[in-house]
Amino acid sequence: MEEKINVTLKVWRQTSPNEPGFFEIIEANDISTDASFLEMLDVVNERLLDIDREPIAFESDCREGICGTCGLMINGQAHGPEKATATCQLHMRTFKNGDNIIIEPWRADAFPIIKDLVVDRSPFDEIIESGGYISVNSGAAAEANQIPVPKEVADTAFDAAACIGCGACVAACPNSAAQLFTAAKIQHLNLLPQGQAERYNRAESMIEKMEEFFGTCTNHGECESACPKEISIDFIAWTNRDFIKSKLRNPKKANYK
Amino acid sequence: MQKVSAEQKIKTRKEKLKKTRFRIKLPWPLSIYQTYVGKKWVMALTGIGLLGFVLVHMIGNFHLYEGPTQTHEYAELLRDLGGHLVPRTLILWLLRIGLIAAFALHIHSAYSLSKRNVITNSQYRGGRKYVVANYASRTMRWTGPIIGLYLIYHLADLTWGHFNPDYVRGDPYHNVVASLSSIPVAALYIFANIALALHIFHGTWSIFQSLGINSPRFNPYRQALAGIFALVIFAGNISFPIFVQSGVIDDRGDSIFETQPPGNSES
Ligand code: HEM
Ligand code: SF4
Ligand code: FES
Repeated sequence: MEEKINVTLKVWRQTSPNEPGFFEIIEANDISTDASFLEMLDVVNERLLDIDREPIAFESDCREGICGTCGLMINGQAHGPEKATATCQLHMRTFKNGDNIIIEPWRADAFPIIKDLVVDRSPFDEIIESGGYISVNSGAAAEANQIPVPKEVADTAFDAAACIGCGACVAACPNSAAQLFTAAKIQHLNLLPQGQAERYNRAESMIEKMEEFFGTCTNHGECESACPKEISIDFIAWTNRDFIKSKLRNPKKANYK
Repeated sequence: MQKVSAEQKIKTRKEKLKKTRFRIKLPWPLSIYQTYVGKKWVMALTGIGLLGFVLVHMIGNFHLYEGPTQTHEYAELLRDLGGHLVPRTLILWLLRIGLIAAFALHIHSAYSLSKRNVITNSQYRGGRKYVVANYASRTMRWTGPIIGLYLIYHLADLTWGHFNPDYVRGDPYHNVVASLSSIPVAALYIFANIALALHIFHGTWSIFQSLGINSPRFNPYRQALAGIFALVIFAGNISFPIFVQSGVIDDRGDSIFETQPPGNSES
């Protein structure tokens, strides 16, 4: 049943990476409970434009939980209070009439704020570039089922591959560690036969790239609970093992680039 | 113009973060310790050593319940480890050196990991809600140093005898009673063991993650194991101050080296 609610937003406003930034209080009245969180922000922005005020900058693309651009810190929780939900899939029916909603951008030293709620997540790209690929022979495409993969392995690799790179794991982590993202990106390849050729190099180079930017994991588990794709921290454990194994067996290669 | 300067700002910030990581490269295998995952691995390995020590230390202290002479003999046994094959106290000293090294590495890795996390993290102005991080995991940086300080006090008190005018070298039973019969000291031991139990609770579970010991069959039991282990250590260790206070462990101020005949009430 559609209802209309009034909520008070406390939104982070920041004109550029150089400015200090501040919270702005915005009354959002007559918001449909069927609206998604981003649709609510759209409505608020329309109204801001109507009175010649600067709209709130936020990022979004697919609005169906697959692109990973829309991350917001809502009332101190990454992607808001709902489990396994990206901000775009969070609905206003999660909130009650009269609620205060604090909206902040992801905060991590490696994710500088570009404007308002938009942050630069490009360190993630650098991590993927450093090892998120497999080598295949060129030529005619191979028969799809040529390489047998056990069902459990395929399922687990697929669970890791579900990561949309939203950055909620970093945002939710008290250390701003990117272990969950990096582990998901490493393991969805490391688990499969096609990923074996670079398995250990991948673990090393991606972890070392990650460590240039992010904090270190203290095994709180906050990332797992914030992740819209419910990526398991088991992948972090497996990645740690791959990394150390690689380090122990590659004395010659023991240098980071 | 604005856009360019914004990009520049972001770039310099990234460069700065990168720089915090680079230092002189050590040769293999020391270079493993120069990565944070490597440090965490060392922290977990030394953590296992420390957990083993804490457990054995507690079990050894149960000799207090047998009496003064048996406690003294147990202490002698530790010095005689290795029998007549090795010089007296050699094995004990090797164990002590290993333990000191484990503490040093554990504390150094804890220090540098924590330092890194202070640099990389930015605070939420509107606060953050913890969903699964528990009290123990969030206080590792406090319980660790508390244990460290307590450890120094503990050694000064019962190994070196600095704080205790009644200290008798070689009579641990007597010394334990002399120290723990003071209420503030007993309270301090209990407080420190709360810190230790919290540290062990998160630490024990954390080891599995850091070392990558992960199998769907055993994963559900890891948290329970950590809880039981922490509880056993806690109960065992606080039993000493509690039973000294309640008079179960008591030598009426006499050392085994200067036992007074019954009836002689002076001193
Ligand atoms: C007998 C004493 C101690 C025991 C049994 C112990 C045990 C442990 C264990 C098992 C871990 C988890 C390792 C991992 O995550 O893989 C840990 C973590 C930690 N320890 Fe200790 N520890 C002791 C003393 C100390 C001391 C004296 C300090 C600091 C001065 C300290 C600071 C820390 C910190 C800060 C962490 C967490 C760091 C992180 O997760 O990045 N510990 N400890
Ligand atoms: S692991 Fe989860 S929270 Fe982290 S980037 Fe991927 S989808 Fe987002
Ligand atoms: S907008 Fe694509 S995941 Fe939310």
